[in-house]
Amino acid sequence: MMSSIEQQSKGKKDGEIRYLTPLNIDTNKTKKYCMFQKSGIKYVDYKDPDFLMRFINEQGKILPRRLTGTSLKYQRKVAVAVKRARHLALMPYVADLLK
Amino acid sequence: MNHYETVFILNPVLSEDQIKETVKKYEDFLVSNGAKMVSKEDWGLKKLAYPIQNKKSGFYHLFEYTVPGDVINQLEVEFKRDERFMRYLTVSLDKHAVSWAERRRVKLKQKA
Repeated sequence: MMSSIEQQSKGKKDGEIRYLTPLNIDTNKTKKYCMFQKSGIKYVDYKDPDFLMRFINEQGKILPRRLTGTSLKYQRKVAVAVKRARHLALMPYVADLLK
Repeated sequence: MNHYETVFILNPVLSEDQIKETVKKYEDFLVSNGAKMVSKEDWGLKKLAYPIQNKKSGFYHLFEYTVPGDVINQLEVEFKRDERFMRYLTVSLDKHAVSWAERRRVKLKQKA
C-alpha cells in the first residue's frame, strides 16, 4: 500500500491531487419518460386540476415537454385540458406562487 | 347520436330552488330533444380560480348524455341567453374519454 502511494507521489506534479481509486462521479442523469405512456393513461381529464398542476409552473404557464418529458401526442392533450380547465375557472390563467 | 359532456357554472346569487329549477329546465330540454342522460353531477358551490362577472364562486354542474349533434347548438344558444349561466363548456367524448368517465364515476361512488 505504502509503495503504491510512494510510486504515485513520484509521478506527482506540484499542486496536483491524485486519488488511489478513480472517483465515482455519477454522470448519467435519470432518463425522462412520458408518464401517460408509462402508466397507460389514454385521456387527459380537464376536470381534475390537481393532476394538471404537474404540467404548469408557478405562474400557471404550461410547461414545455422538454422539461416534463411528456410525449408529443399527450403534450397536445395536456395543453387542451389545461385550457379547458382555465375556461371553467378550475385553474387560473395568471397566478403568483401557485405551488 | 354522439356522446357529450357539459359543465356549466351557475350564478352564486341564486337560491337553492332557483338552481334546482334551472338544472331541471335544461335536463328536460335535453330529454325532450331525444337525449339520453348518462349521468348528472352536482359539484356544489365552488371557489373560482379567478373572478367571473365580479363573482368569486359559482355552482358547478355536470351533464353527460348522448344526443344528436344538432341539439348542442340549440342548447348553447339557450345557455347564452340565460343570465343565470356564468360559464359553460360542452365537449364531445371519444371512446377513451367515455371509458375514463365510467371509471371516474365508479371511483366517486366508492368515495361517497
